[in-house]
Amino acid sequence: MGIKWDEFFITGDPLILGSQIAIVLTMVGIVAGVTYLKKWKWLWSEWITTVDHKRIGIMYIISGVLMFFRGGMDGLLMKAQTSRPEMEFLDAQHYNEIFTTHGVIMILFMAMPMLIGIMNVVVPLQIGARDVAFPQLNALSFWLFFGGAMLFNISFVIGGSPDAGWTSYFPLAGKEFSPGIGNNYYAVALQIAGIGTLLSGINFVVTILKMRTKGMTLMKMPMFTWTSFIASVIIIAAFPIFTVALALMTFDRLYGAHFFTLSGGGLDMLWANLFWLWGHPEVYILVLPAFGIYSEIISTFSRKTLFGYKSMVLSILIIALLSMVVWVHHFYTMGSGPAVNSIFSITTMAIAVPTGIKIFNWLFTMRKGRIKMTNAMLWSLAFVPCFIIGGVTGVMLGMGAADYQYHNTLFLVAHFHYTIIPGVVFAVFAALYYWWPKMFGFTLNEKIGRWHFWLFVIGFNATFMPMFFLGLDGAVRRSYTYSVESGFAPLFLVSALGSVILALGFIAFCYNIYWSIRHADRNITGDPWNARTLEWATASPVQPYNFAKLPEVDGLDPFWKMKKNNQGLTIKDSEIKEIHMPSNSGLPFIMGVAFGVAGFFLVFEWHIAAAIAAIGIIAGLIYRSFDYDEGYHIPVDEIKETESKWRNVEGEVHNYVK
Amino acid sequence: MEKHTNRFPISHVLGFIFSLILTFGAAYIALKTSLSFKVIMWIIGTLAVLQAGIQLFMFMHLREGEDGKTNVINIVYGVFMAVVIVVGSIWVMSAGHAAH
Ligand code: HEM
Ligand SMILES: [Cu+2]
Repeated sequence: MGIKWDEFFITGDPLILGSQIAIVLTMVGIVAGVTYLKKWKWLWSEWITTVDHKRIGIMYIISGVLMFFRGGMDGLLMKAQTSRPEMEFLDAQHYNEIFTTHGVIMILFMAMPMLIGIMNVVVPLQIGARDVAFPQLNALSFWLFFGGAMLFNISFVIGGSPDAGWTSYFPLAGKEFSPGIGNNYYAVALQIAGIGTLLSGINFVVTILKMRTKGMTLMKMPMFTWTSFIASVIIIAAFPIFTVALALMTFDRLYGAHFFTLSGGGLDMLWANLFWLWGHPEVYILVLPAFGIYSEIISTFSRKTLFGYKSMVLSILIIALLSMVVWVHHFYTMGSGPAVNSIFSITTMAIAVPTGIKIFNWLFTMRKGRIKMTNAMLWSLAFVPCFIIGGVTGVMLGMGAADYQYHNTLFLVAHFHYTIIPGVVFAVFAALYYWWPKMFGFTLNEKIGRWHFWLFVIGFNATFMPMFFLGLDGAVRRSYTYSVESGFAPLFLVSALGSVILALGFIAFCYNIYWSIRHADRNITGDPWNARTLEWATASPVQPYNFAKLPEVDGLDPFWKMKKNNQGLTIKDSEIKEIHMPSNSGLPFIMGVAFGVAGFFLVFEWHIAAAIAAIGIIAGLIYRSFDYDEGYHIPVDEIKETESKWRNVEGEVHNYVK
Repeated sequence: MEKHTNRFPISHVLGFIFSLILTFGAAYIALKTSLSFKVIMWIIGTLAVLQAGIQLFMFMHLREGEDGKTNVINIVYGVFMAVVIVVGSIWVMSAGHAAH
């Protein structure tokens, strides 16, 4: 198999050597720490084998925060390199690798798991269910995502990072022009994580269609559930395209096929076409759940039902359909001619209409509301103007003829950061402040949260606003340096300083988590925000079975009505029945490891080893097919005890109506 | 679902075998015959449509749904997606000077 051991570890770069040492030390530290605290068993039985949607959600969110750190470091390194003209901090190759891993990690391993994690925690609770439809599959989704993410992340120390951009366009990404193994990581790791995402999509569609509690018709679902549902539908529609495209890429790179190569009759631009057939819907998969998050938060803290519920639902449906027919706006310059470019310009600009409707709905929800300025609400407010800047520049880019000017400049980079950071990152922060007590039983500190908020928002604008002007002045994207004569230096410097403020904001966030774990008041109610939907009708943190008795619903904002009418807030002993629960399982974790190992061998093109590891995958599938485990029952006494613990506490839900 | 567990899943096995035959058939025709490009495209295109049909009927429980409306929505959406992806890609890749 011709293993080149001398190229196995990346050597000769002090930055990477530093990371290698840091990684080894961190791993030793974690292993030593867990052993010292005697937590292995706890880790295995409470977390690694869990099938509880809330815990899986929390694991997704933790991974997302870690990946945000990694992707953010990449971003800062790039900003450092371009802070002055002709900097000699990163060379061209290193810069290529960093923007590639930054893009992939931020989108697929930060934004996706954050949102899927929040969906996991919140959706079953909002629809009054005890879990998702397929709990063990849910765990498998997580471990596949995690396996893929880890595989991708080790690329920069073992074997070399992919360096052809997060879009990995052919012919550059092919064997001819990227002979190293770096781009194999892209093909294989994203495939593994993608399977996990696809399974999540299926799981949530079934959960939302089949597991809603009594009385909750589709048009009575909370908005976050609606947006998660549509996002899952788009996942099912779009991810298979990526799966196929990545498989073809793998054939090209590993087995000498010619789907996308220049020679042998391949079509290099077909990759771009397939990539964006998935890639554009993907950004809507990200932004729709975020819209749902804002809808919940704005409604809760304005003390009003969401304005224009029906038009909200209609606009997400229209967005979902339109999002499938705009993909060419990413490569107008390929030259498909005026007919193609005109049609796709029109569909692209049309998306602004339903999105605009949603913005107005949020504004009208706030109108005459009694607004409470919590941190979650602040993030939602900051979202509106920032996202509008992103949206308006998007319409500018969407005009095919004009795009020939903007294409491949920092104007584009500024645009999509202005959509994706307010559209996803602000939403994730808002959601974490809002649902944190639901997950952990204490709120994050509001004061430190203010620091987090202002530093991050100011830093964000300072980083990316200059990039619009740099782009209009002709600064191209993915370029590791520029000359003094270009006159770009001042704006690049502002942008770099902005990114430092942004990073301080993130540090404030981490400090807030640390501070709140140490010092926050644990004695809070199940409903600290006086909220409106069902997830607040139960304990915080939520008991394993979610609801002792499944709630019944007859309209929007069911929990609000329950509190207003003082109905269904208490539970009689006679109403408590045994609850059937799924058992934990180690299989999803083992499958994740098997996929990761097989993937690793495949990256290095050690085909025999990969085939042997793949036997593990197949064995896992067979084992699962013959697994007749029926789960277990929680006895009535245990439920009574758990319920009495939170229901009779001072300040509990039924005392909370205002 | 319960009622299926005891019966041998004959339609799934048949569907699987048919799918394999059609896939390998297509590969054989594309790689090992010397028919003209056009003829090959027509034959493997037809096989693909056949296979989609087999999968829908033998794997996707198309005939079992209690709820007709849901099935119609699913099929319409599926056809919409297939048309967008296939026809859209062909159009985009063969229009203008991208094709030359
Ligand atoms: C945390 C602050 C962030 C900073 C400082 C940052 C900075 C940058 C920079 C400097 C570039 C490359 C510009 C160039 O082409 O030379 C870039 C590209 C990119 N960023 Fe970010 N970014 C941040 C957050 C994010 C987030 C949250 C996402 C997505 C969720 C994201 C997604 C991307 C993508 C997809 C690219 C394109 C990569 C490519 O060209 O292949 N970024 N970012
Ligand atoms: Cu797009």
